[in-house]
Amino acid sequence: MLDAIKFYQTGSNTVGNRLLNPSMRAVQASSDRPNTLISGHRACQGCGEALGARYAIDAAMRATGGQLMIANATGCLEVFSTPYPESAWRLPWIHSLFGNAAAVGAGLAVAARVRAKKAGNANVPRVIAQGGDGGTTDIGFGPLSGMFERNDDVLYICYDNQAYMNTGVQRSSATPPAARTATTQLVGAEPGNDWGKGKNVPLIAMAHGIPYVATASVADLKDLEYKVEKAMSFHGARYIQILVPCPLGWGCASGSTVTVARLAMESGFYPIFEAEYGKITSVRKIRQKQPVLNFLKLQRRYAHLTGKKADPKVLARIQAMCDDNIKSFDLLGDEIPETVPVAVQALERSHQI
Amino acid sequence: MLKQIEGSLGIAEAVALCRPGAICAYPISPQTHIVENLGKMVKTGQLQDCEFLNVESEFSAMSVSIGASAGGVRAYTATASQGLLFMTEGIYNAAGLGLPIVMTVASRAIGAPINIWNDHSDSLSQRDSGWLQLFCESNQDALDTHIMAFKIAEEVGLPVMVCMDGFVLTHAFERLDLPSQEQVDQFLPAYEPREFLDPKEPISMGAMVGPEAFTELRILQQRKMLKAIPIIERVTKEYREITGHHSGGLLDCYNCENADVKLIIMGSTVGTAKDAVDELKAQGINAGVISLKAFRPFPYDEIRAAIGDTKNVVIVERSFSYGARGILHPEVSRAMRGKDTNIYTAVCGLGGRAILGTTIKGIVKHCLDGKFCDELTWFDVDSKVINSYLKDAEGITLPEGPLPESVLLDTLQKVRA
Repeated sequence: MLDAIKFYQTGSNTVGNRLLNPSMRAVQASSDRPNTLISGHRACQGCGEALGARYAIDAAMRATGGQLMIANATGCLEVFSTPYPESAWRLPWIHSLFGNAAAVGAGLAVAARVRAKKAGNANVPRVIAQGGDGGTTDIGFGPLSGMFERNDDVLYICYDNQAYMNTGVQRSSATPPAARTATTQLVGAEPGNDWGKGKNVPLIAMAHGIPYVATASVADLKDLEYKVEKAMSFHGARYIQILVPCPLGWGCASGSTVTVARLAMESGFYPIFEAEYGKITSVRKIRQKQPVLNFLKLQRRYAHLTGKKADPKVLARIQAMCDDNIKSFDLLGDEIPETVPVAVQALERSHQI
Repeated sequence: MLKQIEGSLGIAEAVALCRPGAICAYPISPQTHIVENLGKMVKTGQLQDCEFLNVESEFSAMSVSIGASAGGVRAYTATASQGLLFMTEGIYNAAGLGLPIVMTVASRAIGAPINIWNDHSDSLSQRDSGWLQLFCESNQDALDTHIMAFKIAEEVGLPVMVCMDGFVLTHAFERLDLPSQEQVDQFLPAYEPREFLDPKEPISMGAMVGPEAFTELRILQQRKMLKAIPIIERVTKEYREITGHHSGGLLDCYNCENADVKLIIMGSTVGTAKDAVDELKAQGINAGVISLKAFRPFPYDEIRAAIGDTKNVVIVERSFSYGARGILHPEVSRAMRGKDTNIYTAVCGLGGRAILGTTIKGIVKHCLDGKFCDELTWFDVDSKVINSYLKDAEGITLPEGPLPESVLLDTLQKVRA
C-alpha cells in the first residue's frame, strides 16, 4: 500500500502520518497517547525541547506501563512546564537544582527499589533524569559521570540545543564552533564560538561502558521513540542526547525546527547512532546528503558564514567536520563502525580539520 | 545496651536503629567513621531495606538524599566543613522542598587555611539555610539526638542537621547506652511520607515560584520552623520517657541557680565547662552553664528564662562573623531585649584549639573581675603569632592575653590616619 503513494513523506517515518499503517505510527499518533507533558505549558513557538520531551517521555511511559518518575534539571523545560501553581506534567516529577538531576534521579531509583522491596511489590517505578545541554555537559557533568560510573538505574536524557537558552543563549560546552551565542558574539577576527573547544558527551558516556547510549533528533521522532523504548528495556545507567533546535537561540524560523534538525542529520553535522556497552550498534544513515551550508543558512547564529563578508575557510572547516562525521560514523555506507570514532573536537585541536 | 565505643560507631548504630532507606556519603574528615560503619551495616545485612551509595561529591550526596527523600524513604547523610559548603546549594533546596532528611555535621573549621579540626564555622555558615540545627554536648547526647532528629524532621516537615564536634566527639571512645530496636520502633514509627513521588498519585515538586507567592511560601516555611520549638520539646519528652536518657531538648542548664555568671555554650565544650564550674564552686565561685542545643530554630524565650536575672552572660563561641561579631551574640541580645544584662562573647577554640578547663575558668574570672570591656573578645589568643607578622609588616605589637575587639581596632589608627 505504501509503495503506491508517491509523496516523499510516506517513505519516511513521519510521525502521525495517517497514511502509514498503524504499526508504523508513533505513540503520538494514537488517540490514547499518554500526553505526559500536556498542553498549556509556556514553551516558545517551535520549541524543539518541548517536542522532544513530549515524544521521549510518552514513549517511556508506554514502555514502563506508566510506572515512571522524572528528575528535571533547572532550565527551559523546567521553567516553562511548572510555573507555580500549575504543572504540565502528568507523572511524578521533581525539580531540584541545575546541576544535580542525575543524582536526584539516582536517589529516586533507590527509593523506588527500597519501597517496592518492603511492600513485596515486583513492579518498581523507573526513573528518567533530564536536562538541557548546560545542565548536562557542564554544571551537571560530575553527578552525571557519577551516576554512569555507579550504573544507577536511571535513563538520563539531554535535550541538546547547544547553548544556555534559558538564561539568554550563552555558550555551553555543547555549542559548536563558529556559532553565535551571547558570550561568543559575531565580532573580532574569529567571530562566534572558538574552535577546538567543547566535549562530546555521547562518546564520554560510552567510555563509561554503560548499557545504552544514543543520539536522536526531533527530525526523526519515530527513531527517538524507538531509542527511548530501547533504553527502557535496559537496567542501569543509560544516556540519550536529543538534538532539539531552539528557534530563539539559533535564530531560525519557529516553523523550521524540524527542517533544521533534519538538515543537521542529513549533512552529517549531528551523527545519530546508538551504542550498547561502549560499542556502536546502529547508525542512522543519511538519506539525502545535504551540504552543511543548507543547515547553516537557516540560522542567524551562523549569519557570518553566508553573504559577501563570509569567510569561506570557516565554512570549509565546518564542512570538513561534517565530512569527518560521515566518514567515521559511516553515515552514507552500509557499515557500523567497529571502533569508536574520535571526538571531532580532537580533529579541531590537532588542526586536522 | 551499654557499649564502650567510638562516637562515630554510636551514631551509625543510632541511625541504623531508625531504619533509613537510603544512606549516601562522600568521605570527609571527621565524618568518615560514621558512614564507614553504616556502609558495613548495609553490606552485612544488619541494616535491611536500605541502600548505601558511595557518590562522587557532597553535592551529589545531598542530591541523592533529596531524590531518595522525595521518593519516599528515610534519607541520611553526613558531612563536615568543605563538604558542607560544597553541598550548600542542595542544603537550601532540601529545606525549600520540605524534605525530612537527617544529616550529621561533624563540625570542623573551614579553609583557607585548610584545617581539619573542630570549630563551628561550618555548621553556622548554614544558619539561614532553613534546616533545623541541633547541637550535641556528648556522644550520648549525639546518639540520642540523631534518633530524635528523624522524628522531629518528619513531624515538622523540614530537614535536620545534627551538629557534633569533629574528632572531640566523633573519634572519642566513651560508654554509650544504645536504646533497643523495640524502644526506637516504639518511639519512631515506620516511615509514612506526607507526600512523595508515586506513579499512583503523580505530583510535581519544585515548581518555579514568582513574586506573586514567594513571600508567602517563605512565611509558611518560617511557620514550620517556629512550630518546631514545641515539637522538639514534646519529642524530647517522649524520648526521655521511653529511654530514660537525659538528652536533646532546646537547651539544658547546669549549676544555673543563683549563678553570678552564666556561660552559653554549644557542643562538646559544655562537658569541659561543667567540670570547670564544679571546680570553681569549690573555690566559692558560682558560675552556670547553659548548653544551647537548638540553634535553629533559636529558642529566644527559653534563653531569656534560662538567663533570668543573672547580670553577666558570656557566650563561648567557636566561630564569628567577619566584619561583624559573634554569631550567637545577636540572638542572645534579642532574647534579653529590655533587660540590662551584660552579654559578652568570648571567641575561642577556633580550628581545633583546645578549650581547656583553665580556659573556661579564665573566662569566668575575667568576667567576674569586670575585665570584659567589649562585646567581643578573642579569648585564647597567642599574641606572639600575630606579632611575629604585624611587627615586621606594620610595626604593631599586641599585648599578651585576651584580645578585645577595641584593641584590634586601635591597631588600625595608623591606617585610618
